[in-house]
Amino acid sequence: MSMKIGIIDYGAGNLFSVKNALSFIGVESAIISDKVDIEKADALILPGVGAFGDSVNMLREKGLFDSVKANAVKKPFLGICLGMQLLFTKSYEYGETKGLDLISGDVVKMESKSLSIPHMGWNELEIKQDSSLLKGLEKSTYVYFVHSYMARCDEANIIAECDYGGRVPAIVKKGNVFGVQFHPEKSGDAGLVILKNFAELV
Amino acid sequence: MLAKRIIPCLDVRDGKVVKGVNFEGIKDVGDPVEYAKKYNLQGADELVFYDITASHEGRKYMIDLVKQVAENIFIPFCVGGGISTVLDFKNTLRAGADKVSINSSAVKNPELITQAAKIFGNQCIVLGVDAKRNKEGGYSVFANGGRQDMSLDLIAWVKEAEKLGAGEICLNSMDADGTKNGFDIDMINDVCKNVSIPVIASGGCGKLEDFYEVFEKTNASAALAASVFHFGELTVRQVKEYLNKKGINVRA
Repeated sequence: MSMKIGIIDYGAGNLFSVKNALSFIGVESAIISDKVDIEKADALILPGVGAFGDSVNMLREKGLFDSVKANAVKKPFLGICLGMQLLFTKSYEYGETKGLDLISGDVVKMESKSLSIPHMGWNELEIKQDSSLLKGLEKSTYVYFVHSYMARCDEANIIAECDYGGRVPAIVKKGNVFGVQFHPEKSGDAGLVILKNFAELV
Repeated sequence: MLAKRIIPCLDVRDGKVVKGVNFEGIKDVGDPVEYAKKYNLQGADELVFYDITASHEGRKYMIDLVKQVAENIFIPFCVGGGISTVLDFKNTLRAGADKVSINSSAVKNPELITQAAKIFGNQCIVLGVDAKRNKEGGYSVFANGGRQDMSLDLIAWVKEAEKLGAGEICLNSMDADGTKNGFDIDMINDVCKNVSIPVIASGGCGKLEDFYEVFEKTNASAALAASVFHFGELTVRQVKEYLNKKGINVRA
């Protein structure tokens, strides 16, 4: 059985909404939790809801940390929300924790005097660079965010950002590794287009 | 910046959408997935399913509904009505809901807000509040679908709920509800001034202008409406096109 996209289950996150969205657009996927399947998958999605440190610990405890890191550079890879934050060098959520370091940068708490945190709701993407992930999107695209921490990284890695009391990286990329801070599986038609574009990279 | 949200609310009985109740009983019954699809197509930013099932047996259908909606609709949705324990939260979120709304159960057991927020995160805890003007010039909180006066001050309660970990407040004005004369601007402003979490305005919406007024005159993050959408008086699309023309930031 050929498996197209592997959704990595390391004990966190809402895996089923990602799987539901992929099924809906006719993309074959499976929820996977061991190294062999990570190796076999044609593309990988790293979802995530929760805290950075807990997630890194769970990846390590399940012995998946190195496998995810090694396979991320070999095939199309998409980190969603916390899964995107895990791509970076380190995070300061509840103390400093090292991430997968697939993209240089760190993850810091969002701060605002006038805006409520978490940044929750529909925000508009400001496109900074052309990308295969954006193919077919409307000029003005809103996507759904829920997060309290954000990435800081080199401009060269930022495909799109949004404005929430400052610039917030929304889509990042390095080689075939992509990260989206928002939830494409909850972003209506725009989110489905982005997931479809990712699936087509295979 | 965040777009202002338009949220259709659907009443659910025994797992079916109930369009309205009159003296002869239930007027119309429909498939929740079909309603959800319709509103999604019209550009709804979020959906609320509110369980009005009276019997205990009828409640189990809600989980199936949540699963079906989650398989077909890819926008956030909230489920409320009859949720009173951490286990209820868990089952509802696991089935695919993004948020859970609690009202009477939070008034009676405020600790539930904190317990659920610690496990599932503040972002999925929506505090529903039914409130009404009182003789003292303030607002009182009611429970059990507006039937029971809890002798609780609205402003004190929403501040407390924010502290306990609520992520959003869905504020229903019982004075405005059902009048179709517009949202309760004063009550919404009083609540917005006292909390920093998002406030969803509910109750009183009857026409396009009401949506503009609530976003123009208050800091509400979202407007919730039921009957104007159910009975086809307005579509979500119409509301958004109108707001967009008036310069309110909405998702197209």
